[in-house]
Amino acid sequence: MTAVLGKDLIGLEHLSPDQIRLVLDTAEPFKEVSERPIKKVPALRGKTIVNLFFEASTRTRISFEFAEKRLSADTVNVAASGSSVQKGETLVDTAKNLEAMRIDMVVIRHPSSGAAQFLGDRIRSNVVNAGDGQHEHPTQALLDLLTIRDRHGKIAGLKVCLVGDILHSRVARSNIWGLLKLGAEVGVCGPDTLMPRGIEELGVCRFRRIEEAIEWADVLNVLRLQLERMERGFIPSVREYYRVFGVTVERLDRASRDITIMHPGPMNRGVEIDSRVADGSHSVILAQVTNGVAVRMAVLYLLAGGRPELAVAANRAAAPE
Amino acid sequence: MSRPERTTILDARALSRALQRMAVEVLELAHGTEDLVLIGIQRRGVELAERIAKQIETDEGAAVPRGALDITLYRDDLQTVGPKPVIGETRIPGDLTGKHVVIVDDVLYTGRTVRAALDELADFGRPKRISLCVLVDRGGRELPIQPDIVGKQVKVNRGERVDVLVAELDGRDEVDVVPTGDGAAS
Repeated sequence: MTAVLGKDLIGLEHLSPDQIRLVLDTAEPFKEVSERPIKKVPALRGKTIVNLFFEASTRTRISFEFAEKRLSADTVNVAASGSSVQKGETLVDTAKNLEAMRIDMVVIRHPSSGAAQFLGDRIRSNVVNAGDGQHEHPTQALLDLLTIRDRHGKIAGLKVCLVGDILHSRVARSNIWGLLKLGAEVGVCGPDTLMPRGIEELGVCRFRRIEEAIEWADVLNVLRLQLERMERGFIPSVREYYRVFGVTVERLDRASRDITIMHPGPMNRGVEIDSRVADGSHSVILAQVTNGVAVRMAVLYLLAGGRPELAVAANRAAAPE
Repeated sequence: MSRPERTTILDARALSRALQRMAVEVLELAHGTEDLVLIGIQRRGVELAERIAKQIETDEGAAVPRGALDITLYRDDLQTVGPKPVIGETRIPGDLTGKHVVIVDDVLYTGRTVRAALDELADFGRPKRISLCVLVDRGGRELPIQPDIVGKQVKVNRGERVDVLVAELDGRDEVDVVPTGDGAAS
């Protein structure tokens, strides 16, 4: 049987390893499309996709938009500011109104955890989660997995450590699910205040010192330190954070093995990562960005093709609540 | 379930002879190897293009550029068939503008694959000419598309399938007609 993704892509927690591999394998040929003289294929011709962004985003939104355009879909961007969301319209009303204009897919970024699932349960269109609160950011994790696979030729058996604010990070959560499902060993490293309680129960190992994490890992995925965390007292200061957890050239030089450095962006140079590391030979940060478009093309393509679940979702949406 | 009846229409030797003849016809059609590019359609077409190209290189002593094309993203039936699990590689040897492109595929049936291939090739440049070379023409066209070079012409019914086996992928060279079991059989 062919594994399809179902109607929506909400997170990696509920995907099977085969479904995750399917997305990664499907992304491979899409990489080549972006290298063509005409960077466009007609696979989603006639499909209408709305990018519904309730939170600031540059990279993810642009990446989705390129993915959509390179598949020949018609796209509309809706940002929370300047839309009727500001006038107090609810998420479902906004989406139902868009749906009344006969759209096919919604890509949603929202500050509340669970917003993508909530929407997916209530509209017929396919929903792709582009980051919901502290819950998941599945396409980011998928592009991270693809980049790791490109660099190391495999994922199973690799040691991947996430560094930084694990507590608030949807990128961390999606990465942990995806990596564990594909057989990687996962580590986390960061200040106690930014570490979820009971994180070890997920099956990840905890490193208190960045030096230990660097010594252990094949891949370091350095998360962005959201500067507002400092104001809320999670860390004493940015300089203190850099001194204790910053990924620096000196620290990498002391590591015995060759390590791959990743970062989902946007980077705070000199806070979580040394500029020389970000731009150095260990870094695959820009490869992540390139892979982001291919992965998102794969997700949109797979969702657009797999229609049988649509009827079920429509019935669920029509049912009285 | 018992194995459906296979009828072999080309064995390894007949297939080899057909490819040799097709290589000669490609050369005649293109008036030599200058500007010639062979593009195989994924999957079996790629292997066949490779063999025809090698044959031409042996006969003429000149290199023949070849490529591969996966037309999945140019299909007109994504909605009905759903996405193909894994899309094959597309590899085009340079700009096609001014080239004589010969599309190589294993079986020509409805013509829809060729239609998609023509659309896709147009996104890689403007060849001076595109020709179509197929190992088996089974009839049943749904579009106004005809091959320039044919290995074997055979009338095959709707409820049957043509299987092209190549040693590189299937362990042996053979072309069979197989009932699909869509009709009465199950």
